[in-house]
Amino acid sequence: MLSDHALRLKSIEYRRKILTVIRSAQAGHTGGSLSCVDILNVLYNAVMNVGPENFGSPDRDRYVQSKGHSVEALYVVLADKGFFSQEELETLSKYRSHFVGHPTRKVPGIEHNTGALGHGLSFAVGQALAGKKDGRTYKVYVLLGDGELAEGSNWEASISAVNYGLDNLVVLVDRNGFQITGPTERVYPLEPLEDKFRAFGYAVRTVDGNNVADLRGALRQIPFEKERPSLILARTTKGKGISFMENMAAWHHRVPNDHEYSLAMRELECAEIQLKGEPQVER
Amino acid sequence: MKPAKANLEVFAETLLELAQRDKNILVLTTDSRGSAKLTRLGELLPDQLIEVGIAEQNLVGIAAGLASAGKKVFAVSPACFLTARAVEQIKNDVAYSDHPVKLVGISAGVSYGALGSTHHSLHDFAVLRAIHNVDIVTPADNFETQAAVRAAVCHPRPLYLRFGKRPMLDLHDPDSRFRVGEGITVREGTDLTFIAIGETVSPALSAATELETRGISCRLISMHTLRPLDEECLCKAACETRALITVEEHSVHGGLGEACAAVLMQRRLCLPFRVVGIPDEPTVTGSQLEILAHYGISAEGLVDIALRTLAS
Repeated sequence: MLSDHALRLKSIEYRRKILTVIRSAQAGHTGGSLSCVDILNVLYNAVMNVGPENFGSPDRDRYVQSKGHSVEALYVVLADKGFFSQEELETLSKYRSHFVGHPTRKVPGIEHNTGALGHGLSFAVGQALAGKKDGRTYKVYVLLGDGELAEGSNWEASISAVNYGLDNLVVLVDRNGFQITGPTERVYPLEPLEDKFRAFGYAVRTVDGNNVADLRGALRQIPFEKERPSLILARTTKGKGISFMENMAAWHHRVPNDHEYSLAMRELECAEIQLKGEPQVER
Repeated sequence: MKPAKANLEVFAETLLELAQRDKNILVLTTDSRGSAKLTRLGELLPDQLIEVGIAEQNLVGIAAGLASAGKKVFAVSPACFLTARAVEQIKNDVAYSDHPVKLVGISAGVSYGALGSTHHSLHDFAVLRAIHNVDIVTPADNFETQAAVRAAVCHPRPLYLRFGKRPMLDLHDPDSRFRVGEGITVREGTDLTFIAIGETVSPALSAATELETRGISCRLISMHTLRPLDEECLCKAACETRALITVEEHSVHGGLGEACAAVLMQRRLCLPFRVVGIPDEPTVTGSQLEILAHYGISAEGLVDIALRTLAS
């Protein structure tokens, strides 16, 4: 099991790779990938029982990325887990590559094709329900964006998740507060979000979604309540880790130019040096 | 010939029989178990009938998730809602993601008659034909229905099954052969061919019988599978008879007629040809049979269309 310190180092490496792959493809969802990558890091490296060796097993844990546009974060994590090579990932957005701008099952390690918003949760409910029917102990983790919560299908699926008592379902909301047009609360207000989820019947925890220790702490307590789906409202920062990308709607799917890329790499290098100098204290 | 059961009833009975032997068969309904004749299945096998509420998008998404985990899933809802409200879920969660869900559209076409256009599905063939990776089967009678449901359970790809709710005539011997993708020749003929699908095969058979008494030899093909279309069966009919008429309880746009026309044109098979379906206009109001008859989808109407087509 990786320490929190090791996970934080991994997050820096993942951010580096996300920016590199986006720059190489000249396309990608920069801000959202940077906001959710710590969640993926913790899930794949500290929580879920899934990897290339057991992906065919009916007992594997499942991850569904409903906010499919942040696929670069997922590709980078899956490559690190050994589902495919870094060279394969470099074909992103190229002619005849399976690595397109949203998840597809043609790519090893991907459970479901997403990209149209508001689809992942119903699918995850189906997977979790199948697990219950078969008496399996796997869990299903589904990542929703906050902008996509305007899709009514999420709320249809939420009613089902609660009605079926799916305590093997974990809904993570990447609450970065931005969508393509601007801040969610200006474009299409969602608050009070936590109250809404509670009213639908989820067992809810709010965490700092860019803090690996916080995320791991919450995920260790799954299910929060028996016979209820768990919901983690992960408060994150869009563009997290790169100062000039943070909380800027413009970076929703902007590709860094050479100058911006080298500035970003330098920031990540500084963060890495600083982190390596910190005493390693486990919680 | 007297009417047997509604195809929908046979669907429900067959599914119950199969589900009793295989607990991996799951049936999902959208507050539609009564209309789908699945109440008994729900009572006998409560763990295998899953209610998803009046939420068709959710229906298809959950069905895909269950199928991905190895379940044999029948997602059942009125055809009008299933193939309109949930079309993005069908496109992405089922077809593109390649999860072999069986989508079951009940009370299809104008089965709901006087309930009006909100409840009609005259678009479903067109919509689904334009989405890659959904096979489309519409049985004509009880025999085809039973065979189609049996075939559906292990069908390796996403499949759309479309049923009406009117009692149907038996068209085939019980030892006939049914295979997805293979049209069934209901009767042989040399002058004209009717290629019909679903509940329209029955009036086409009556029309063919009537035309025979007038000295016109009619072939009738039940083209229960719209995709993959049995092109050989179609082209053979185009070569061996003088005229061809397609019949469907669907818009004339994007359904069986246009599918056949495209095949014939590209194979340079040119013959008098008519597409009989619901025209591009506000659908006339009335019962299912009144609506169908209004547009010539009745024994009398099809006789008239056949005579005019042969004379053209």
